Amino acid sequence: MKRQTLLSASLAALAGLAVADALPAQASPRAFVSNERDHTMSVVDMESLKVLQTVKTGRRPRGITASPDGKLIYVCASDDNRVEVYDAATLKLVKTLRSGPDPELFVLHPSGNPLYIANEDDNMVTVVNVENNDLIAEIPVGVEPEGMGISPDGKYMVNTSETTNMAHVVDTATNEIIENILVDSRPRIAEFSKDGKQLWVSSEVGGTVSVIDPATWKIVKKISFKIPGVNNDAIQPVGVRITKDGSKAFIALGPANRVAVVNTKTLEVEKYLLVGQRVWQLGFTPDEKFLVSTNGNSNDVSIIDVASEKVTKSVPVGRAPWGVVIVP
Amino acid sequence: MEMPMRMKAGATGAALLAMACFALPAVAQEAAPPLAAPKAAAPIAPGQTFNIGVVRQLPEPPPWVAPLQMPPDDLGIAGAQLGLRDNLTSGRFLKLDYKLTSETVPTEGDPLPAAQKLVDAGNRFILLDVPPDQLLRIADALKDSDVILINVGATDDRLRQQDCRANVFHIAPSRAMLTDALAQFLISKRWRNWFLMVGRTDNDKLYAEAVRRSATKFGAKIVAEKTWDYGPDARATAQSEVPRGTQVGEYDMLIVADELGEFGDILPYNTWLSRPIAGTQGLMPLSWHPTMENWGASQLQSRFFKQSGRLMQPLDFQMWEGVFAVGSAGLKTRSSDPAKVRAQMLSPDYDLPVFKGVAASFRPWDHQLRQPILLTHATNTVTLSPQQGFLHQVTPLDTLGVDKPETLCKFQ
Repeated sequence: MKRQTLLSASLAALAGLAVADALPAQASPRAFVSNERDHTMSVVDMESLKVLQTVKTGRRPRGITASPDGKLIYVCASDDNRVEVYDAATLKLVKTLRSGPDPELFVLHPSGNPLYIANEDDNMVTVVNVENNDLIAEIPVGVEPEGMGISPDGKYMVNTSETTNMAHVVDTATNEIIENILVDSRPRIAEFSKDGKQLWVSSEVGGTVSVIDPATWKIVKKISFKIPGVNNDAIQPVGVRITKDGSKAFIALGPANRVAVVNTKTLEVEKYLLVGQRVWQLGFTPDEKFLVSTNGNSNDVSIIDVASEKVTKSVPVGRAPWGVVIVP
Repeated sequence: MEMPMRMKAGATGAALLAMACFALPAVAQEAAPPLAAPKAAAPIAPGQTFNIGVVRQLPEPPPWVAPLQMPPDDLGIAGAQLGLRDNLTSGRFLKLDYKLTSETVPTEGDPLPAAQKLVDAGNRFILLDVPPDQLLRIADALKDSDVILINVGATDDRLRQQDCRANVFHIAPSRAMLTDALAQFLISKRWRNWFLMVGRTDNDKLYAEAVRRSATKFGAKIVAEKTWDYGPDARATAQSEVPRGTQVGEYDMLIVADELGEFGDILPYNTWLSRPIAGTQGLMPLSWHPTMENWGASQLQSRFFKQSGRLMQPLDFQMWEGVFAVGSAGLKTRSSDPAKVRAQMLSPDYDLPVFKGVAASFRPWDHQLRQPILLTHATNTVTLSPQQGFLHQVTPLDTLGVDKPETLCKFQ
């Protein structure tokens, strides 16, 4: 298959080259959306914006990510206590990985191995070798570990614990915590900028995003949000994505039904984009032309044009869409 | 999640099991983290140790208890224990330590010596689940001690109003908060005409008073009112007596004020008209319920179940909140000095995530914890109040209970 060969050129895909031109129509990027409440994963064609297929997964799929070459999709099946690995082309379940209890979110090392999994029920991060399913380490963290981020050089893994309200920085060489950063209530997501010079941590209940300098692990600024006509209590930052060129950050604001666009230099909010209800996670297309938001309460995803900062379409998916990853 | 339901029936057995687990901390997995703490070698300084005490006076037992509602032996205390575990898991990263000591006082006993004993032993944060008069005695006796008292049980509005005390914080929602939460929902459903059925106890009369106040506040109408006078145990005759006792003409909703649980549960399906029931039974405004699972609540529920082998009840949750409130403030103060903790608990940036979607915080004018209230029946959480559309200039949470302009509280 032509696409298979192209996909194996993983570097090209990673670099986000204009692969679409070289490919027949069916090989446009596809978004994989985990649907928490109907135990499925929707596969959306990013060109036609149609749902190509709905794949049955384990129970309560939440965290979702892809291997660096885009060939494998990893899904946290939270209620089945496992990580499922799907072939992105055939959509078949390839294997399952150990996850520890109640896996919610995870992050893959930039090299594609290992996988760091937050065990929400167990105050633990489980480190698993994705090749042979070996347990590499269990790292005790705070109460209700959730957000998982990794520095682009793979040296630091950051976990947020929702009830302890900390970001725990782990040295991936030793799998030991080297720093604990107190942030606002219910930290959800940890995301590094591509140059590794900023770490963004969203606090759902606190209503802020802490921007942290990884050189010192100190908070540089807490970004807060104000939307006319929306109560402050409803502004609950969750998903965070930063463009590769490091110029813009997009922040999903939960029940405020908005995605905030933040200038990463000034750390000021420039715009709020109206999306679906209870917007949760975000994912870029490989070329970063589009950003997809999962809208948990309206059962759809919104497609955001990154350059014009406009919402162009919404696509119905399964019940309670939670996470999204897009592969070439 | 299949397990909890099966365990529920054997409430006493579950409580025994829970106690057995406690005697053997090695059995409970979550007891491990403090030991596994990274670089835990250095001893923790006294200034970073939070000594938390709990005084629980057993309430007067009701005349009868339905098997499903058998109170577990460790009711409430188990929640404080989970709060302690959560605090330890978080605090170890900042070299903070937490200790918990609990005292249970019999129904006829005096909780003041128990509280004094805890204070003498160095506890600086005391959770109280005692009757309101006892709470005032304890608060006044400890007025000059360097101690924070946290009311986790008493719902009496007067403790937040004319009888408020500066050394007391309130985690338990007041009756006014509970009935306001219910009223908002009923108004949003347009079920405005209420038939109020009031029990024989003084507490029932206070609950009824709160219902009347909420009706006025939100524009409902009490179209009929009755006092329950069929004795403490009318289970055998309910089918004949309740239809007769509920012939009061048209109404939308039967509101019941029965805090002891003498008759509220025998009203559904026995009323003359086919009307739903709410209040202390039926659709209940509560701080917590085992069916609550949104906003991460299922994680707290499952932590609690793992620890105690039973479901988490409102008093368990309130005690968890009390211990967690101290722990959360402590992460910021990094000092167990009560004055510092108190200042943090009252600071504008203090927000307590309590698994209800929005943060809880203390009202500075009466020290009441503002938090969403669940409306739940036996097997489902229907909604949380405040309801959409009930607006407030500061926070919608202050549409529940006594707001600043109406407060009668004057801290001395």
